[in-house]
Amino acid sequence: MDNSKDILHLGSHKFTSRFILGSGKYSLNLIKAAVEQAGAQMVTMALRRANPGGKENIIDYIPEGITRLPNTSGARTAAEAVKIARLARELGCGDFIKIEVIRDSKYLLPDNYETIKATEILTKEGFIVMPYMYPDLNVARDLASAGAASVMPLAAPIGSNQGLLTKEFIRILIDEIDLPVIVDAGLGRPSQACEVMEMGAAAIMANTAIATARNIPAMALAFKKAIEAGRNAYLAGLGRIQNTASASSPLTGFLDDGN
Amino acid sequence: MTETKLPVKNMTAPTEYLKDMEQTDPALIEKLFSYLDEINFGPFTNYEVSAALESRRPTPRDLAALLSLTAEKRLEDLAQKARRLTREHFGNSINLFTPLYIANYCENSCLYCGFNSKNNIKRARLNEEEIERELKTIAQTGLSEILILTGESQKKSDLDYIGRAAEIARKYFHLVGIEIYPLNSDDYAILQKKGVDYVTIFQETYDVKRYAALHPYGRKRVFSYRFNAQERPIAGGLRGVGFGSLFGLSDFRIDALATGIHAYLIQRKYPHAEISFSCPRLRPIPGNTFPLAGRISQKNLLQIICAFRLFMPFAGITVSSRENIIFRNNIVDIAATRISAGVHINIGGHCGKIKGDEQFEINDNRSLAEIFSMLKERGLQPVLSDYLYV
Repeated sequence: MDNSKDILHLGSHKFTSRFILGSGKYSLNLIKAAVEQAGAQMVTMALRRANPGGKENIIDYIPEGITRLPNTSGARTAAEAVKIARLARELGCGDFIKIEVIRDSKYLLPDNYETIKATEILTKEGFIVMPYMYPDLNVARDLASAGAASVMPLAAPIGSNQGLLTKEFIRILIDEIDLPVIVDAGLGRPSQACEVMEMGAAAIMANTAIATARNIPAMALAFKKAIEAGRNAYLAGLGRIQNTASASSPLTGFLDDGN
Repeated sequence: MTETKLPVKNMTAPTEYLKDMEQTDPALIEKLFSYLDEINFGPFTNYEVSAALESRRPTPRDLAALLSLTAEKRLEDLAQKARRLTREHFGNSINLFTPLYIANYCENSCLYCGFNSKNNIKRARLNEEEIERELKTIAQTGLSEILILTGESQKKSDLDYIGRAAEIARKYFHLVGIEIYPLNSDDYAILQKKGVDYVTIFQETYDVKRYAALHPYGRKRVFSYRFNAQERPIAGGLRGVGFGSLFGLSDFRIDALATGIHAYLIQRKYPHAEISFSCPRLRPIPGNTFPLAGRISQKNLLQIICAFRLFMPFAGITVSSRENIIFRNNIVDIAATRISAGVHINIGGHCGKIKGDEQFEINDNRSLAEIFSMLKERGLQPVLSDYLYV
């Protein structure tokens, strides 16, 4: 299937890749190879890892032509996320911002309430806001009303590689929310990325599953192929699942249309 | 356990607060000792150690099993799991920092410490110009995290002095931590506004009797005030708090267990707080021949660090320059997430104008460039900036 016409719209930007790659848990000098193998057009990076003018500045390692998606990791409140977003813009990272507001150091679960507040503020300032969230339908609706460009529900606790623990709730978001639903956090295997794409997710974001693989670029490629397979299956329309076999001698076969 | 023979002057009972000390809810300390009583660090079976190793959410009792003599025989298993959890939570990132000692005056008399007010060492306090010179010199190496330390003297290193040092540090560094005497929460709030983001407080030992014997004079003698010193900075708005015992002062297994449970209780009460552990062993001290409670081997230290990682996979773990190069090179591959580089622990040492003596002896004086190369050779990612002050 030619995927070049299957466009993912985020704000006024268009992407043909549906794989957003993380950059935080592996060596910076591997980012380029991972991006190439992933075919990614967007890479997330923690702004707190930016070290402008200094050594090991993560921004310097994002290849040319790749859209930077700075995230607000480290923010505990909406106000802190807003400050980080503004700083990202000042540093020339563009208008995309992935909001992460986390007040839980153990499971790193996002604070949906603060995330909505930050989204409301930042969309008014012209940011293309992509909020990381716990998959709650009411929150997703509020984020959409606040002007978010997508919603990014977690599949499992971040970094856990536990897979699609929130599957049914993500399915509800896909069914009910008109924005792109980008599944973020917790996906551990390419097969899980494939499954969520088959369900109709617009894209996936992965970091730890790739960063903790023995061969990082090879795992990036495996995810790419799985995402494409899942997307193609979704577009092709999955066959109906039946819980029972089709009876070859149906019980209603005795009915006579003439009577 | 070796009891000190030195005279002990009881200024106050170790659980009795001085008038100016902020009192916090005693529930936390009660919970800790109730856990310790309940666990009653007895022998653990192989089955209990295996269960603790396999647990996805280890309990305080699991931590005790992981710290036990029985678990020592499973150290390789502990290390393997610790490594896996470290990579899951932190990737291959290792944060770099250096300590800056700005003063070594002290009003305490910790029997094991080089800064003990009775010790005849060269005392000094850097002035603002000297602090700035040291900070500039460190910043030029490329580091962006600094840890400011003083001896525990409220007269010679008062709050204004430390706050001013933090303000200067903020000009050159992304992240400013402190290791100073414990304060009230209002004072921590003042330091937070001046740019301080995390504080580490060493309880030294959780054995109250031993603590009293080791701290005959000074404000530090008040065990409870020190114990609650992690709650007060959180109340004051600091982002992270570090925990630590000085292993070797008392039974290290019990001290490690108490340190872990202390952090566990704080994390449950303040889920947003960033938790970290520092894991120093008692080292030789200039002018002091303090007898150890028992030798803490590298093997023991590795077991403690791995047990902390399994118990709190998300916690930062700092490895001290007290440890030698081989241990430090390997521990960053297993469980540590933060390592010092370019360490000078005397007063004024970064600029080569030494004014005062050090607190202990270090075993790894490699420069930032050398630590950097070591990490890269091991496939690890040195992280100089991992923080935004907002």
